[in-house]
Amino acid sequence: MSLLDLKGVSLSFAGSKVLDAVDFSVPAGRIVSLIGPNGAGKTSLFNCITGFYKPQQGSISLDGTETLRMKPHQVTQLGIARTFQNVRLFREMTVLENVMSGQHSRTRAGIIDAILRLPSQRREEAEIRRIAEECLSFVGITEGWEREATTLPYGWQRRVEIARALATTPRLLLLDEPAAGLTSGEKEELIELIRRIRNERDICILLIEHDTGLVMRLSERVSVLDHGVMIAEGTPKEIQSNQQVIEAYLGVEEDALDL
Amino acid sequence: MAQFPERPSAWGGLATLLDTPQKRYAAIAVILVAMAVAPYIFGSYGTVILTNALLYVLLALGLNIVVGYAGLLDLGFAAFFAVGAYTVGITTLHFGLNFWLALPLAVLLAIVAGVVIGAPTLRLRSDYLAIVTLGFGEIVRITARNLRETGGASGLIGIDSPWLFGWHIRTPLDFYYVFCVLAIIGVIASVRLANSRLGRAWLYVRHDEDAAEAMGINRVKVKLAAYVVGAIYGSIGGAFFAANLGAISPESFSFRQSVLILMAVILGGMGKIPGVILGAFIVILAPELLRDFGDLRLLIFAVGLLLIMLFRPSGIWPARSKR
Repeated sequence: MSLLDLKGVSLSFAGSKVLDAVDFSVPAGRIVSLIGPNGAGKTSLFNCITGFYKPQQGSISLDGTETLRMKPHQVTQLGIARTFQNVRLFREMTVLENVMSGQHSRTRAGIIDAILRLPSQRREEAEIRRIAEECLSFVGITEGWEREATTLPYGWQRRVEIARALATTPRLLLLDEPAAGLTSGEKEELIELIRRIRNERDICILLIEHDTGLVMRLSERVSVLDHGVMIAEGTPKEIQSNQQVIEAYLGVEEDALDL
Repeated sequence: MAQFPERPSAWGGLATLLDTPQKRYAAIAVILVAMAVAPYIFGSYGTVILTNALLYVLLALGLNIVVGYAGLLDLGFAAFFAVGAYTVGITTLHFGLNFWLALPLAVLLAIVAGVVIGAPTLRLRSDYLAIVTLGFGEIVRITARNLRETGGASGLIGIDSPWLFGWHIRTPLDFYYVFCVLAIIGVIASVRLANSRLGRAWLYVRHDEDAAEAMGINRVKVKLAAYVVGAIYGSIGGAFFAANLGAISPESFSFRQSVLILMAVILGGMGKIPGVILGAFIVILAPELLRDFGDLRLLIFAVGLLLIMLFRPSGIWPARSKR
């Protein structure tokens, strides 16, 4: 039973095809990786899944609910959260406030509740804060919650972004190159964190990653995208020995895939 | 943790300056006493000017939510001010409605106007919104100028001043205190909104629309909420403005008014409540204080504004206190 299902998804910009009839699925409870050379369309595929791009053809569904025509915030509300390739925390706001943003779509207090500071609004605020604190602790950030988020060290910012995505209480978490720019020690912590997110929170993971060592260790399934076409799908072992994959990588970058 | 800058709050640097409850209560007491005795110090002319400044505090606080919090450039804010004033004027004069019944009606109409203008345009980029709001401001003014119900170019006269529990609010001093209360309520509401789910959402959307959407925030809805809150502030200001003067004309709601309110917000410091209050006072009081310079006063005022923007581009009020 797959949680996320893509069928025949095609996306083009001004006539040039970015994604060509992509079939892809994420089985429930799995950690799945999406790899491929630069410009293969991986981030575009993420943007289609999260509602930022509208594919011209195909179908995308989460647990049977069609999301193709949904706006990004509706997709998030349905249970898909994401991080960005280049960290996009909210500037001039604290770490805690950044993570609190995730609960927005799960809460309802409006103008009048805020001005009158109704008991229900105060309870809700306390709950938003509690969940944000819990998510921050979960990713290992236990201090500095009142700091301006964008002044944190880079590796921490990446973790705050994951905490922010977790605060939306997703069923599926999309990570766009979560290891980019991390030290090897931080990468080990990331692998541990991603496993804990799946095991302890029962959240399905889909990640784009260039660090193939990390992908092979972490993933249970790997899909390979090249020039907008899904060329292979299988276990890390199967992908490593797939001739088409090796050619796709060798054709672009000699040492992109250390096999 | 000292090396990390603290986040600028709605209070600007005040929160760190007034760090204990005692200091805060003392500051509030000083401000309240100053507000209460000001009319007896500045005389009747001064009271009228101060009342006008307080009206601008209210209007600037409203526009601050649109521009400062949600980051939407609104060049037609006077339109909501006009909707409030004309609703009270027309319903009390032509339909004999009580002011206190006309007031919620004015707010309701301003909300409707805000939604009608906002819903289609808030999907656009901020620049386009600025143009649409500019047009909206002019449409409202020109409509008021040409309708029989609004009294045409000469406007409406003889709007009744309201009664409140047997107190006839009619002298300039009465209205001064009414506007004091309105400004205080306006500040409290602004602070509470800033520290709420919605207030944070405005900042998220202002800083990064895509990231906000990815966090499950409906950016159009959130912006519309800011626009509506701004409209409520504007219409309440307009309603009491009409009751205070007893007469309104289309020229009270010109593009110049919109710019003046926007100037108060930007001058003091967008998103910073003490800054916005300061900005409103400067915009109203500076031309009065410069009266001795005769014809040169607007020139001096303009040069002052340019210098402030040159040396303090994010407004007069400091973002955080320097220790």
